[in-house]
Amino acid sequence: MTDIITESEEAGFASDLTQSTTFGESVQAYISRVRGGEMGALPSVLGLVVLFIVFNFANDRFLSNLNLANLLTQSGSIIILAMALVPVLLLGEIDLSAGYAGGVAACVMGVLMVEHDQTWVVAVAAALLTGAAIGLVIGLLVSKLGVPSFVVTLAFFLGLQGVSLKLIGEGGSVRINQEVISGIANNNMGVAAGWIAALVIILGFAALRLIQHRRKVSLSLQHQPLAVVVGQIIAVAAVLVVVTYVLNQNRSVNPNFPIKGIPYVLPFVVVLLIFWSFMLGRTTWGRHVYAVGGNAEAARRAGINVDRIRISVFMICSSMAALSGIVAASYGGKVSTSSGGGNVLLYAVGAAVIGGTSLFGGKGKASDAVIGGLVIATIANGLGLLAQASYINFLVTGGVLLLAASVDAISRRRRSATGLG
Amino acid sequence: MSDSTPLLELRGINKSFGVAHVLHDVDLAIYPGQVTALVGDNGAGKSTLVKALAGIYPIDTGEYVFDGKPVNVHGPKDAGALGIEVVYQDLALCENLDIVENMFLGREKKNGIVLDETTMESKAREALTSLSVRTVKSVRQSVASLSGGQRQTVAIAKSVLWNSRIVLLDEPTAALGVAQTRQVLDLVRRLADSGVGVLLISHNLTDVFEVADRITALYLGRVAADVATKDVTSRQVVELITTGHSSDLDGAAAPSTTA
Ligand SMILES: Nc1ncnc2c1ncn2[C@@H]1O[C@H](COP(=O)(O)OP(=O)(O)OP(=O)(O)O)[C@@H](O)[C@H]1O
Ligand SMILES: [Mg+2]
Repeated sequence: MTDIITESEEAGFASDLTQSTTFGESVQAYISRVRGGEMGALPSVLGLVVLFIVFNFANDRFLSNLNLANLLTQSGSIIILAMALVPVLLLGEIDLSAGYAGGVAACVMGVLMVEHDQTWVVAVAAALLTGAAIGLVIGLLVSKLGVPSFVVTLAFFLGLQGVSLKLIGEGGSVRINQEVISGIANNNMGVAAGWIAALVIILGFAALRLIQHRRKVSLSLQHQPLAVVVGQIIAVAAVLVVVTYVLNQNRSVNPNFPIKGIPYVLPFVVVLLIFWSFMLGRTTWGRHVYAVGGNAEAARRAGINVDRIRISVFMICSSMAALSGIVAASYGGKVSTSSGGGNVLLYAVGAAVIGGTSLFGGKGKASDAVIGGLVIATIANGLGLLAQASYINFLVTGGVLLLAASVDAISRRRRSATGLG
Repeated sequence: MSDSTPLLELRGINKSFGVAHVLHDVDLAIYPGQVTALVGDNGAGKSTLVKALAGIYPIDTGEYVFDGKPVNVHGPKDAGALGIEVVYQDLALCENLDIVENMFLGREKKNGIVLDETTMESKAREALTSLSVRTVKSVRQSVASLSGGQRQTVAIAKSVLWNSRIVLLDEPTAALGVAQTRQVLDLVRRLADSGVGVLLISHNLTDVFEVADRITALYLGRVAADVATKDVTSRQVVELITTGHSSDLDGAAAPSTTA
């Protein structure tokens, strides 16, 4: 077939630039993308910086080593739940039940370990299966029956609360003191191990990006200028080094019992981030998730099994929610009937949206959950330090969610006005 | 060439949407190496017929014969497997994906489980270069940022990427300028000359008379005529489109008047 199309009369893609533009040009291109509503991570990173400055002035304990470690640990379950929601939001759907799905899964884990003397492996596997099963039912109802996900998951939001009441009884709770599970949020890596892990990630990231860049250049494919690639590597390295350094300082108030090292929840989040970035960005499945979110009919005409994509996404969401529930149980030291309730879900949706994932579908990344989750955790942590009445906390968090959703809607309007994707 | 057997043949196709009976006993033949033009007024059922061919709409009754063998086409995958490519009137591109991603959607190239962006990008560029799209900055540009004509070209380039045996084009030049229309018509001719069976839907009779070997006219969901282009005049085709019959066209060429 190629013989039909290669006899080009005129170089149609003559202006198709594959060679690197200069660093300055790509900075300019970035600025015009931001103007056009393609903000990426910029607002959330700026927001994070502003929050750090404000809270630092408001309370000098905010930037203490102890509090920073606390903040990161706190953010773990929010980030994981937000990461669970990203694929669902990419489809333009919502899962309101994700918080309670995590709660119920954690209840299953707790009950199995405490009341049935099961090992943590069995309990965690059962929790993940519980999540997957919940997601399967939601996915089937949404894709096969065509019930809007908002309604299906609202029903699950209520129903799952009933399930956790049934599992552990009215007002009851189950203590989580199993070593491994409680260690996720409460134990730390050794100082040396922390540095090695950070180094491995930095080197791995750098090698991957540079090899990718070289290959694209040699095959004259579309690529970013080298300066941008190097800039990204330096940024990632700087963040990792600073975080590792801070967490490897002693943060104990009692000089006789030093506490230092990276809490295990952090590498756990990093592994999930790498895994879901890979799945969404580098596999056929991920490509199809974006396609269904962008134009489901086009995806169907391209031969994509849209129902299967939808079901898989809801199953992944609830399973990841189960992981988030386990991390939350580890942090709180218990599961109760209110696990996964309250503002847990709104925090997670807010985190994904603040990070840059669109509520309208088709746009978002796993890393959005991390940045947005840090913003949310920072607000919760900072306000907590200020010992404000809890009504302030609700007002501020609600306001931030509204702000993020408005920014999302405005940038979407801008995108369609300027024609950027 | 005209007496070769059809590559694809539809016999007695009926299609209803609820109470709306859109296609009535439609017969259609697409021959290898020929351009078959499908003409008809707005709402005649042309796009519906194309979507039935592509497996988007299930047909109610009728036979779908490919290469002389009856086949069942239940979805776009089945049509794709037969080597049928479609450029839809409503383009069916994902705006949030870039040009390369759209062109390979549903048929991504892979290295193991990882997407093979390298191969996809070079193949896409190769296919697009021939279609002379000016003002497109890059093949990695998102489709949302393309003009209507550029999108059209992407959709057409997608259909020539694959080793297709039949290409269905639903009003491919409707949004195009003079130069790009020229290129698409040339491409249509080149595709047919290489042995592909082409079905071209167009309201522009000048274009139809220029590239088509056969003309099938639809009138209110029925085939009004199925004739060789050289046997009819433009006036007769206009009559077929607007009234469903043409007084001075002989009966054999116009099945609906003899049946
Ligand atoms: N999904 C649908 N549901 C109900 N009716 C439909 C549907 N699609 C098409 N129709 C009806 O079928 C008829 C034929 O439509 P179709 O789109 O095939 O026309 P067409 O010949 O392609 O017209 P045009 O030249 O305007 O593109 C119209 O009357 C239309 O209203
Ligand atoms: Mg049409």
